[in-house]
Amino acid sequence: MSATGIGAAVRRKEDFRFITGKGQYTDDVSRPGETRAVFVRSPHAHARIRSIDATAAKSLPGVLAVLTGAELAADKIGNLICGWMIHSKDGSPMKMAPHPAIAAGKACHVGDPVAVVVAETLAQARDGAEKVAVDYEVLPAVADPVKAQAKGAPQIHEVAPNNTIYQWHLGDAKAVDAAIQSAKHVTRFDVVNNRLVPNAVEPRAAIGEYDTGSDSYVLWNTTQNPHVARLVISAFVGVAPEHKLRVIAPDVGGGFGSKIFIYPEEVVCLWASKKIGGRPVKWVSERSEAFLADAHGRDHVTHAEMAFDADGKITGLKVKTVANLGGYMSTFSSSIPTYLYATLLSGQYEIPAIYCEVDAVYTNTVPVDAYRGAGRPEATFVVERLVEVAARELGADPADLRKKNFIKKFPHQTPVIMNYDAGDYQASLKKAIEVANVKEFGKRKRESARNGKLRGLGYSAYIEACGIAPSAAVGSLGAGVGLWESAEIRVNPTGSVEVLTGSHQHGQGHETTFAQVVSERLGIPIENVSVIHGDTDKVQFGMGTYGSRSGAVGLSAVVKALEKVEAKAKKVASHLLEAAENDIVFKDGKFTVAGTDKSAAWGDVTLHAYIAHKFSGQELEPGLKEGAFYDPVNFTFPAGCHICEVEIDPDTGVVAVVGWTAVDDFGTVINPMIVEGQVHGGIAQGVGQALLEGAIYDTDGQLVTGSFMDYCMPRADNLPTYKVEMTVTKCPSNPLGIKGCGEAGAIAAPAAVINAITDAIGSEDVPMPATPQAVWAAIQKSNTGREAA
Amino acid sequence: MPAVSLTVNGKPVTVDVDPRTLLVQLLRENLRLTGTHVGCDTSQCGACVVHVNGKAIKSCTMLALTADGANVLTIEGLAPSATELHPMQAAFREHHGLQCGFCTPGMIMTAVDMVNRRGNDLDDKTIRKELEGNLCRCTGYHNIVKAIAAGAKSMGSGGGAQQAAE
Repeated sequence: MSATGIGAAVRRKEDFRFITGKGQYTDDVSRPGETRAVFVRSPHAHARIRSIDATAAKSLPGVLAVLTGAELAADKIGNLICGWMIHSKDGSPMKMAPHPAIAAGKACHVGDPVAVVVAETLAQARDGAEKVAVDYEVLPAVADPVKAQAKGAPQIHEVAPNNTIYQWHLGDAKAVDAAIQSAKHVTRFDVVNNRLVPNAVEPRAAIGEYDTGSDSYVLWNTTQNPHVARLVISAFVGVAPEHKLRVIAPDVGGGFGSKIFIYPEEVVCLWASKKIGGRPVKWVSERSEAFLADAHGRDHVTHAEMAFDADGKITGLKVKTVANLGGYMSTFSSSIPTYLYATLLSGQYEIPAIYCEVDAVYTNTVPVDAYRGAGRPEATFVVERLVEVAARELGADPADLRKKNFIKKFPHQTPVIMNYDAGDYQASLKKAIEVANVKEFGKRKRESARNGKLRGLGYSAYIEACGIAPSAAVGSLGAGVGLWESAEIRVNPTGSVEVLTGSHQHGQGHETTFAQVVSERLGIPIENVSVIHGDTDKVQFGMGTYGSRSGAVGLSAVVKALEKVEAKAKKVASHLLEAAENDIVFKDGKFTVAGTDKSAAWGDVTLHAYIAHKFSGQELEPGLKEGAFYDPVNFTFPAGCHICEVEIDPDTGVVAVVGWTAVDDFGTVINPMIVEGQVHGGIAQGVGQALLEGAIYDTDGQLVTGSFMDYCMPRADNLPTYKVEMTVTKCPSNPLGIKGCGEAGAIAAPAAVINAITDAIGSEDVPMPATPQAVWAAIQKSNTGREAA
Repeated sequence: MPAVSLTVNGKPVTVDVDPRTLLVQLLRENLRLTGTHVGCDTSQCGACVVHVNGKAIKSCTMLALTADGANVLTIEGLAPSATELHPMQAAFREHHGLQCGFCTPGMIMTAVDMVNRRGNDLDDKTIRKELEGNLCRCTGYHNIVKAIAAGAKSMGSGGGAQQAAE
């Protein structure tokens, strides 16, 4: 392993601009003639829009336009879409309600845009927005997904009776019911997977620019997938034809899924730019606006039952989930509680029969879509809480019960579509137990008790499916797109290399990790490799970054392109060195004629590829630039074991996370420093979900937790120092053996935390977030008192 | 529009501003110093932290006009020169204390202020408590804490500027 190759903890190339304040995030971009847009948003969760009077607003200084849904429809701008078709049990397609970028007939959630004001300055646009008079007919609203399906609930969209989008299922109901009937023991469990707001620290932003001279558009946008945005905005929304729309995602300050989707705001900025005669229109979200406009995550209500035989082996798992998708179907929303959730319900275990039903519903809340983990944290929470509770009910050690049920032979076909290729779950559990020093937990527990505190330990043995995904497979499941990735390797005459990747970084360090791979494979210094992404004018179509796919899929495309580059370079070298192509050996940046000391340096070969003196155009095309599109052959299956240790003050219910051990198997790791960083960040978000965060709506559909004042974000003193280790079983399905790591922490963590708290207090009655109030109440209710002080 | 005169990163500036203008807006929009960021609207996230008269201040919660006569230091003014880094900046890179980079300027400015007030020997508990005004969604704080501890030591050992290698 070289100092800058695969496996090395190379310090990041991109850091310089970030640590010196020279990053270029979308709001840092200032376009000549730029105007500012402010959206008028519905203060009501459900309301008919009777009329909009913009007269006062339009008369204010600096206001250039006030635009509404009526004008949008008149210009024949199409609706936003959900791109993944899901069918109900009865074969009917999901009920996708129209979602215009600006609401015209009615508003379906607090925050639904009903008009936009464009002005010379932000202050003028804000003043204008305050003066737009909207006459609403307020309608009854429903925020709770279970209540939304009940008789008499307000009907939100005509197309969806009982607010039901689909009623989907997966697995074998008969087999599971039989298993439950004949079980020695059944553990039953009801859980709410709490609704979360992603809150990347950079708010969303967009600059839409129409150029009258070339009749073309540029969109600067905080997107994780610029080409997908371009495709949707051109093909479905129809603002501009694809070849006349450039999308640029410059530096993006975190995404976590929330910046995947195609939202109203970027569509409106592009459309408005043309409406005002071709001046750039910039919108930057305020934080409390983000709470009402960014897709939320999670929000499942689940009942689950796990059946065991007399030996403590799991014989069946039955799950029923109601998933809240909010006021409209967001871009990938339908897939999150179905194919990204139910297919992981086998966990790390041999479960012969599984059946999962999912009802997706509309409510008068912000749309819900993927948020770090996207369906897998929900699945892991169900499985890992069930197993832990079952262990307590059966009087078994939670680690032993898991070990007994682990899948030990691979490949393993689960009853829920996924075929796990490789893994060693025993190894991660064993290592986690060692590193967490579970052996001496009892001692630590007694020490805590002497200080009047309750100490608990919780496991989470998670697995996930990522490296999303084989195109034909997801196509057959309803996806409207393929999930391959692209790369182009441009070798310059002087020997430096540009890697154009369809992946996108918003914190993951691709400018470094991708360069590490290329530098090692070509044997050239890492300083000579640039990674370019995020601009549809520069980079070929790519699917973007989410689902922990940039290593497994993005880098696989890079490797395929590298193979083509090496093959062509060898051809050039053979001409240069006057030898047969088969005799050329390429190693460590040098081309040698086998068995001789005739060689050519990388830089000589690259130069000759372009000056083309040594070969004719018929033998070989000049140039050295190769591309590849890589379609994964399978999902990848990172897995591992996290152990959380908590100490609780029973008088206040305050939970301190005093220890965290993570042992993860990500296959091949390009940069361990970056991979650990991903695990740290994921754990923090998982702890946030378990202890602190929760988006709460009141019965009128008002978002009560509407800013950082009321929505508790994890801070440094809520979190411990983490112990992160890795085991390695290489992924057999891609060239580098990478499984992916971006979401693992968020997937594993919530179950580990709640398992630890419930262990400490001896009660299962702990919701998420396990606030001090909730934990204190659970302690009061349970039989476990505080041990003698 | 009233005028405000202040010194920013050692340079005197005078700007006419709408009285509602926040200091962060003056820095970002009037002076085009976009390294200071806006991440929230309730003064919690810390992405906007700068130093005003030697103290860490949330520039989103200060009106530009009240900075009249003040000495302001932003992230752009921290490094001793174009080719060198401040030891705290270098520490963030060395210890992978950043991922997307958006909270980073505010984190670094807070960290430098932390050292100014609490000294060069900062333990884990102190750093975590002192960071209650700074949110990061990417790193889980683990490496930020390591970076600050290392940067603090470095600032103390007269470790001045570091080469800004890429």
